[in-house]
Amino acid sequence: MAEQDIPLMAHLMRRAGFGASREELEQRAAKGYEETVEELLDPDQNEAFNKFRMLRYHPWTWKPGTMTGHGAGEWMHRMVATKRPLEEKMTLFWHQLFATGVSKIDHYHELSTMIDLFREKGMGEYREILMGMAKNPAMIYWLDNCENHGDAVNENWGRELLELFSMGVGNYTEVDVREASRAFTGWTLTPVPPRGPMGRHNWQFEYKDWDHDHDEKTFLGETGDFNGDDIIDIILKNPATSRFIARHLYNFFVADEPQVPAWSVTPPNDPEAIEAIAQALRDTNFDIRSALRVLFKADFFKEARYTRIKSHAEVVVGALRLVGGYDFPSPGIGNLSKEPGYMGQELLNPPSVEGWHTGSEWINSGSLMARINFTANLISDTSKPGIQNIINRLKAQGDLSPESFVDTCLDLMGPLNVGQEVKQELVDHAGAAGALKWGSEQDSAASTDRVSEMLQLVVSTRDYQYA
Amino acid sequence: MTSTKKDPVVVVLQLTGGNDYANTVIRYADPLYRDNRPGIGIPEGQELRIDDEIGFHPAMGAIKEMYDQNQVAIIHGVGYPSSPRSHFRSMDIWHTCAPDRLGTEGWLGRAALDIDPNKENVVTTVCFGPSIFRALVYPGVPVACVGNLDTYGMLPGVTEVDQRAKILDRFARMYVPAIGTGLVDDYLGQIGLDCLAGADILKVAPQLYSSEVEYPDSTIAKKLKGIAQIHEANLGTRIFYCDHGVFDTHANQLGAHDTLWTEVSQAVQSFFDDLREHDAADNVVMLLFSEFGRRLHDNGSGSDHGAGGVAFAIGDTVKGGQYSEYPSLKAEDLEQGDLVPNMDFRGFYSTVLEDHLGLDAKGIVEGEFEKPRFLD
Repeated sequence: MAEQDIPLMAHLMRRAGFGASREELEQRAAKGYEETVEELLDPDQNEAFNKFRMLRYHPWTWKPGTMTGHGAGEWMHRMVATKRPLEEKMTLFWHQLFATGVSKIDHYHELSTMIDLFREKGMGEYREILMGMAKNPAMIYWLDNCENHGDAVNENWGRELLELFSMGVGNYTEVDVREASRAFTGWTLTPVPPRGPMGRHNWQFEYKDWDHDHDEKTFLGETGDFNGDDIIDIILKNPATSRFIARHLYNFFVADEPQVPAWSVTPPNDPEAIEAIAQALRDTNFDIRSALRVLFKADFFKEARYTRIKSHAEVVVGALRLVGGYDFPSPGIGNLSKEPGYMGQELLNPPSVEGWHTGSEWINSGSLMARINFTANLISDTSKPGIQNIINRLKAQGDLSPESFVDTCLDLMGPLNVGQEVKQELVDHAGAAGALKWGSEQDSAASTDRVSEMLQLVVSTRDYQYA
Repeated sequence: MTSTKKDPVVVVLQLTGGNDYANTVIRYADPLYRDNRPGIGIPEGQELRIDDEIGFHPAMGAIKEMYDQNQVAIIHGVGYPSSPRSHFRSMDIWHTCAPDRLGTEGWLGRAALDIDPNKENVVTTVCFGPSIFRALVYPGVPVACVGNLDTYGMLPGVTEVDQRAKILDRFARMYVPAIGTGLVDDYLGQIGLDCLAGADILKVAPQLYSSEVEYPDSTIAKKLKGIAQIHEANLGTRIFYCDHGVFDTHANQLGAHDTLWTEVSQAVQSFFDDLREHDAADNVVMLLFSEFGRRLHDNGSGSDHGAGGVAFAIGDTVKGGQYSEYPSLKAEDLEQGDLVPNMDFRGFYSTVLEDHLGLDAKGIVEGEFEKPRFLD
């Protein structure tokens, strides 16, 4: 059996999921890296989320209203409790790309339906995802395609389709935007009755051929009576699309890139990596699963340790998964789902269709304190199962020198590689109280407190802001 | 008796959700008001009249008292052209003064940079959160984002005094710039140290505070009390920001709007009473605004998103009264059923920036706009 590469497995689980306990990492490492990647890419192998149990305990999740802002409660709970980490991580990836917000949609159920689509089709062929978005009622309303008529074209969806969802600025002209928009005329919503006593009605896609502009269009050099699906086919043939989506996958799974608006003028940090992912997309009919396989097995991925600043959602979900005990949909999932919002990433409510600024821009003086305090507060509760596990692993080593105490904590919380100065500070802090002992009840109580404090210091480090 | 000139301080109280102008500052004698508000019109006689055309919402008694003391300026018809009537977009526009693009820098962030360019005081700007407001964001400008002032700081769960001192000291040492770390680590380091320094400065505020004023029991009163504590501790804070909500009264407006304005009015009055008690009111101007007003015709039990709204400026140096004009309620003068703004919000900001804070407004609000003259 190959040597267990725990750091590599921890890296994979942080990126392809929301982190994993040491137990889980050991099991997965025993299974093997390649096998684990395959398992992550095949979510059906693992238990699906129990929607009916969710509704039994939280009937409000069926049609959450907007006033309390709990509409992301179910989705965030799914991220915390999922047995299909990559499938759920992809919902976050696509939500950040097809950023749609309740501020305009005012219908959490429709947004959850969009998340469901990301879950179901998120690792499938990109054509299906784009078609799904073109026909998604929330997206149509968000980008005003319901105002896009044969005799009065609205370019919002057409533009963002090219700029944000497929090719990126610099790869098409304003004429292309217009022609694409013309092709999507008639792709609209059925009018919905006003809000009833049981909540909002569900929306439905409707194609109105009488409102569609059937005249000839010239789009990216091709001419014909194009309808929306033709536009998507042409887009997928264009090499810019594979590179753009590849760069998004790289930015989310491998390492922080500059902000998206800068992509047309700033080359990727690792053009070869982008090309490898893009090639995988081109070779497989834009199969996202295949691209992810290439990504997770590549050296450029395996070597990219702690090269991304965690998004606020990853901070919150990761911390909840780390301490454990949040698998069951207990009361309070609504309030918990607001935590990323306090930090600056309100789930299901991005500030615009461009989504959130990522990387170092997650951090400002308000969010840094919120991130650290949230995580430290959770970690400090030594009764939590995940913390108990850490304590038991420390105990199992017998009396520990300050250095070993710190090493073990850094290992179990990551493994984290902090700089020499930071390590020395932690060792000095541990050293003030001597060796970590568990012999007597008094020692045990004191050591438990010391572990809690040390873990709080660990999650306070700059290093812990990265994944 | 002369006193040393105090630095001007601005307190922004954001009314989040789109406060209904027509029921806040009411044209009570106008038949068009009655016609358009069959469901939620304030019954005639209940308004708090300030002249023979205009009255405050009945819940605004405390504000009316301040108005009678000439301390409240009403700025009619504020907004900007072609409002998208979207909460987030509209609030972003108010925060960044960028109606035509997605701005990321806040107007008060820029102001803070002008006020304290060398970052000599990390608590120049304080907001009562829970999260930071975009109006305050500017690269490199620290903002102390307070949830609960009594427990504000890193790792508030560590409460034992000695333990806390040790752990925060350790934190500070771990955040010192180290050789070989990159730009992002340096950035994180600076932010972390600013947070620590800010918390260290602010912690004295509740300790120094004492007052006879009894604030009401509402979230906004707690925030304003926290602001008063920090202001009265003379820590050099020049910009305060907080919000109250949710003013998005699509339904059941009569009850909700009444409660919201009761809470805001009483809290604001307590706040100024507190400041006066400590001789700390004369350099403070408070602004109240919302991201848009609401549709003139009600929807039965509430009102929908509109455009032109109302803003207020309150303080000792404010020249009380009404500024700009109440937009026409005539059907032919509305746009999409909404009141058309006639006072650009950037003019409202300019008055505060130039005539109170003593800054040059043009660069901050990106242009020159007509200023309502409530600080002459």
